[in-house]
Amino acid sequence: MPFNLLVAACLLYVIFLFTVAFLVERRALIGRLGWLRSPLVYTLSLSIYCTAWTFYGAVGYAARSGLEFLTIYFGPTLVFVGWWWLLRKLVRIGRQYRVTSIADLISSRFGKSNTLGVIVTLIAVVAATPYIALQLQSVVLSFGVFASAAPDGQAPLDAGSTAIWVAVGLALFTILFGTRNLDAKEQHHGIVTAIAVEAVVKLVALLAVGAFVVWGIAGGVSDIIARIDAAHLNAWQVQPGRWTGLIFLSAVAVITLPRMFQVMVVENDDEGHLARASWAFPLYLMLMSLFIVPIAVVGLERMPAGSNPDMFVLTLPLAEGQGSLAMLAFLGGFSSATSMVIVESIALATMISNHIVIPLWLRWHPTAGAGDDLRVVVLRARRIAIAAVLALGYGYYHVSGGSAALAAIGLIAFLGVAQVLPALIGGLFWRGATRVGAMCGLVTGFAVWAFASFLPSFGPGAALSEAVFQQGLFGLSWLRPHALFGTEAMDPLTHALFWSMTLNTAAFCLGSLLTFPGPVERLQGAAFVNVFDGGAGPQRWARGQAEPEALLTMAQRILGEEAALTLFQSAARDQGKEGFLPDPTPAFLDTLEARLSGSVGAATAHAMISQLVGRAMVTVEDLMAVASESAQIMEYSAQLEAREAELTRTAGALREANEKLTQLSIQKDAFLSQISHELRTPMTSIRAFSEILTEGDLPPDMVAKYGKIIHDEAKRLTRLLDDLLDLSVLENGTVQLNLEMANLQQMIDTALTAARQTRPERSFVIHRDLPSEQIYLKTDADRLTQVFINLISNARKYCDAENPELRIAVRQRAGRVMIDFIDNGSGIPKESQALIFEKFARLTDANRAGGAGLGLAICREVMTNLGGSIAYLPGQGGAAFRVTVPLRLEKAAA
Amino acid sequence: MTLHVLLIEDEPNIAEAMRFILSREGWRVSHLAQGTEVLERVRADRPDLLILDLMLPGMSGLEILAALRADPETRALPVMMLTARGRDRELAEQAGADRFISKPFSNAEIVAEVRALVGR
Repeated sequence: MPFNLLVAACLLYVIFLFTVAFLVERRALIGRLGWLRSPLVYTLSLSIYCTAWTFYGAVGYAARSGLEFLTIYFGPTLVFVGWWWLLRKLVRIGRQYRVTSIADLISSRFGKSNTLGVIVTLIAVVAATPYIALQLQSVVLSFGVFASAAPDGQAPLDAGSTAIWVAVGLALFTILFGTRNLDAKEQHHGIVTAIAVEAVVKLVALLAVGAFVVWGIAGGVSDIIARIDAAHLNAWQVQPGRWTGLIFLSAVAVITLPRMFQVMVVENDDEGHLARASWAFPLYLMLMSLFIVPIAVVGLERMPAGSNPDMFVLTLPLAEGQGSLAMLAFLGGFSSATSMVIVESIALATMISNHIVIPLWLRWHPTAGAGDDLRVVVLRARRIAIAAVLALGYGYYHVSGGSAALAAIGLIAFLGVAQVLPALIGGLFWRGATRVGAMCGLVTGFAVWAFASFLPSFGPGAALSEAVFQQGLFGLSWLRPHALFGTEAMDPLTHALFWSMTLNTAAFCLGSLLTFPGPVERLQGAAFVNVFDGGAGPQRWARGQAEPEALLTMAQRILGEEAALTLFQSAARDQGKEGFLPDPTPAFLDTLEARLSGSVGAATAHAMISQLVGRAMVTVEDLMAVASESAQIMEYSAQLEAREAELTRTAGALREANEKLTQLSIQKDAFLSQISHELRTPMTSIRAFSEILTEGDLPPDMVAKYGKIIHDEAKRLTRLLDDLLDLSVLENGTVQLNLEMANLQQMIDTALTAARQTRPERSFVIHRDLPSEQIYLKTDADRLTQVFINLISNARKYCDAENPELRIAVRQRAGRVMIDFIDNGSGIPKESQALIFEKFARLTDANRAGGAGLGLAICREVMTNLGGSIAYLPGQGGAAFRVTVPLRLEKAAA
Repeated sequence: MTLHVLLIEDEPNIAEAMRFILSREGWRVSHLAQGTEVLERVRADRPDLLILDLMLPGMSGLEILAALRADPETRALPVMMLTARGRDRELAEQAGADRFISKPFSNAEIVAEVRALVGR
């Protein structure tokens, strides 16, 4: 098969996956995921446990070591069958506390300690490196198989450069895939669906090859059983010690591998999916392992001696002349490798950006301005981290020479991430576990793993010298990598597993017993261990002095403008307030912290809010709450709290209503007096000049000039009366709407042209995103355009920036269209924001420019009549208005 | 010596009309369009009469008037107040305005009031 065809097939396949992910993300955006959030997709996404190692390596493993390969499937099966005990708790905590990664979980549990986050991140990165190398190696090997079988004798790339191309390709693909948009939320529906598709591809491919082997080469089921009996695979017999170790190791790995944690906990949409996956995932694993032994046996029989058993899945069909089956198998292997690398590098990139880059960035730029600078940093950090993770994988592949058998590398990686287990299990089930204990355990386990398993994997004389292998570290014979403390009887893996886990657990327990948890640790410990006992966890914030506007600015840095505004608006509504600025109540601060945690991790979110609330994290009351766990007290205080919250809300609503009424009555009085003023002013000029003209004796140019003044002022009067009439019609709801389909972009164009008459001497830079404006609205186009003209004219009049700019941003969400008009001036002071939509509420007389202060009042009435709204957006770095209008306004509603 | 009138009015057309009417009587008219700087101008130019609009950008007519009346140097300056809102008469008189004219006014009324105020 031509090598180029193979490359083309890969590219086509990747484009297909990208399309799947893209379409799903589009659907997610408009909130129509439907069956895409089913247990089936969840279960299939879990199959990234089966990497290229499983796809190719299991056959090789079976050919070398007999049935031992099954241990790799037994472990996860046990974990999933027993999901009630552990996985359920993990997923519940993950969802409740918006955990972004396993590092975040550990850091959050142990007092939101970022140091722990960093340690777990480092362990995960180091342990994932060989694993990613493994995927590169398998893709390179599979390319090699096709290349050597190429009939046209075209010389393909050598292994080294294939590996580079594959690594670069995967990095680009993952960056495009995993960091495509600026949405910092940690769920990736598109990717999960693509992974599920890949799961189907690899299962179908492996089953197809298996079926071909059983019914195509061998003569059916009975024949294949006979052949298996006849074959003399090594080590058919069970080795209890090693088997137990391997089952334990794979069980741990399925919980602690960063990519498994990502799909199992972070991407989980529904706890119920886990119950289905508890039998469906083991079933998938069983199907994956069904034909492993037949393929291995037939491969050993048919293939020439010395051929790599890791590649039997490909070489068998090729040798039998089944080109398209081999191609399918190749795509299966390619799927296994790509899905693993994509999810793994996204998970690692999340950890690196949340626990290493963002904390450093915040230390250097603690108070950057408005906007979403932080999200840009997050995104960039993740992109670079993805590239770096793949570069590390390639580096390992290059250094280790790609020689070791696939299975061996995989197990080393498993053992590396397994070091997180004691801290994880301890954190979930033992309230006494402390931060110091977790650190001790993690560091000890990591060191033992590195010394006894990871570094030796480079071979003697590479990372560790020959002498260390023979005589031990520093010449101490009890510090030999493969015989710690003189234990020589075990094989290297069991040996490393035993010592790393034992010492890790011992250090963890000892450290925990010898230290006392800090206040936040106590709170988090109780919340995590008792996660099923109801309640949303302890409140950690007292009513602080935080400025809502500062909180909003911070939230926008992380969540982005739109998500932050939505969050603040709904919180304000819950408190019975209008607008975008809720009171910084403890409940609101908790909600905000949880949302921020979902983007940047618990430690950073906590630190950022502390900075604004300005309080040393936990008070005596909080500690009391932890200490006294008497159910009665808890319940009583919960009731009190609920009642108090209710009262606060009612009081807030009443206060707001009262303020509004008072102001309305004052405004009613002011209204008449204002009308009088606005009418008398033009009339004064008209009267004065008409008297002058009637007295005669004026030169003709003066007559013309004064005549024009009279004319202008008369027009001004007319306009004022028109506005007043317009307003009264709109307020009474008797306005005739002319509903039709109209193009938003054209309306904005019209409005911009019309508004240019306002202060035409000012040059304004307008920022627009034309494609986003290609929306057809069913509305009264003239009325909506009137609102736009008003907002743009206001910007032209009042924006006080030296180089004025106006940004018009259009978004579509759930049947509504939002049009934001944001200028770069100094904005509207907070105390006036509630007033600007009132009649005659012109803020200063400095720029009256012919208006009477009715513009925004009319806009508000127009938008109400159009079934939409207009609001001032605080915290945008300038005056900002949001017009919301329904996509299709129906007559009945008008 | 010609009578010097200082006119404080932010509506350009009204200011133009006033200037025409008063100049026609042979008086010298200077004009400011906003409330700031009025006190400085009064001290520097020493006008014979101040015509002051009530609603002004920068500093309101009432504030200006209060400041003038507080300063012994300007306490005696005749001030004629203009306003487009009927209810302001009381406020203006409390603040120490000598005459109060509501808009719109007749040209003859303005001239007559000025003459009455400065005694010419």
